[in-house]
Amino acid sequence: MKDDILFTLAVQFMIMSLLALGGANAVLPEVHRQAVEVGQWMSERQFADFFAISQAAPGPNVQIVVLIGYHVGGLLGAAVAMLAMCGPTAVLALFFARAWDRFKDTLWRNTVQAALVPISVGLVGATAVVLTRAADTTWAAAGITAASAATTFFTRWNPLYVFVVAGVLGLAGLV
Amino acid sequence: MRDSTADSSAASNASSSPVPPSPQQPPPRIPTHADLFWAFFKIAISGFGGALPWTRRMFVEQKAWMTPQEFNDAYALCQFLPGPNIVNLAAVFGARMRGATGALAAWLGFLGPPFVIMSTVGVLYARYGDAETLRKILGGLAAAAAGLMIATFVRMAEPLFRLRAAATSEQGGVRSLGAQLGARLTPQPFVMLAVVAAIGLFRWPLLWVMAVVVPASILLTWWRR
Repeated sequence: MKDDILFTLAVQFMIMSLLALGGANAVLPEVHRQAVEVGQWMSERQFADFFAISQAAPGPNVQIVVLIGYHVGGLLGAAVAMLAMCGPTAVLALFFARAWDRFKDTLWRNTVQAALVPISVGLVGATAVVLTRAADTTWAAAGITAASAATTFFTRWNPLYVFVVAGVLGLAGLV
Repeated sequence: MRDSTADSSAASNASSSPVPPSPQQPPPRIPTHADLFWAFFKIAISGFGGALPWTRRMFVEQKAWMTPQEFNDAYALCQFLPGPNIVNLAAVFGARMRGATGALAAWLGFLGPPFVIMSTVGVLYARYGDAETLRKILGGLAAAAAGLMIATFVRMAEPLFRLRAAATSEQGGVRSLGAQLGARLTPQPFVMLAVVAAIGLFRWPLLWVMAVVVPASILLTWWRR
């Protein structure tokens, strides 16, 4: 049973890492679909928690997969999740780097690049939708989300302050 | 998570006005395996909210391992590829400096710290995740994190909605307002909205959505180029 879930974890994370254009944030809707909806490895609340922790801690955004892997399969699950998410694409990048330089400034390369930009932006938008649905279970939480979005968009404040204020508001029992 | 927007502006700046190398900078030496490991180790633990700015600072400004232009080219490649951008960048840069083992050193350096830190947090969460105090704090943090993602998305999406420069009218005749607008629209905002709807709202599987959207977007972009 446990081997089964580790295998599923490895295969699913590998597939989604190879499909999601635009980095760690682009992959999150599919991670959510697999972890919460299809696999039922965790609740909405836990997924929202994991994302909040991975953002509030220093380090790359992709580190959320370690938390999910640990939750699903312990330390081994964490290692499997990270390897599956970050290994195959890195190998792909190595092989692709050579071809990339050769086709620089060709029309088709520029076309493909321009065509992929809106897809990766759309995936980030989907991530925003999924996270907002998972996190905003109350009107107060929705208010914090709106304030955080506005602050980040209109000011250059360090997002750490936003997290501190939101954490204090949460602790005060507002959410 | 804010790297993508920061990068697109950085990329366009540097491509239009590459910074000339300053004469007083010492000639860059090729980093060793240990250099690669520790450089990415440091990036991994200092980056709050995405690793891109820290990577750029270390590579271009502190160590002078890459020129701004080289960095932008390498990052553009890693954005274009699937997978976590900086992880890919670590592999590509490590390989360029020291071959496959260099790639491995950089990759391990970058992923080691988050693995250890997040595993530790995972242990703590499994134990205290249901504690009332932690529940309240995390509720606030999760709501704020969703807001950050919305802002990131809006910043990234905004350039897609800009109309392209008015095409010179070949016929020289007066065209209707609708025709003028049609000539200046790009397919990009429509593709983006389709992806948000399919993945974010309808929750369709990524595999099928990408199988349709990637070729469709390439065809549309080619047709409207």
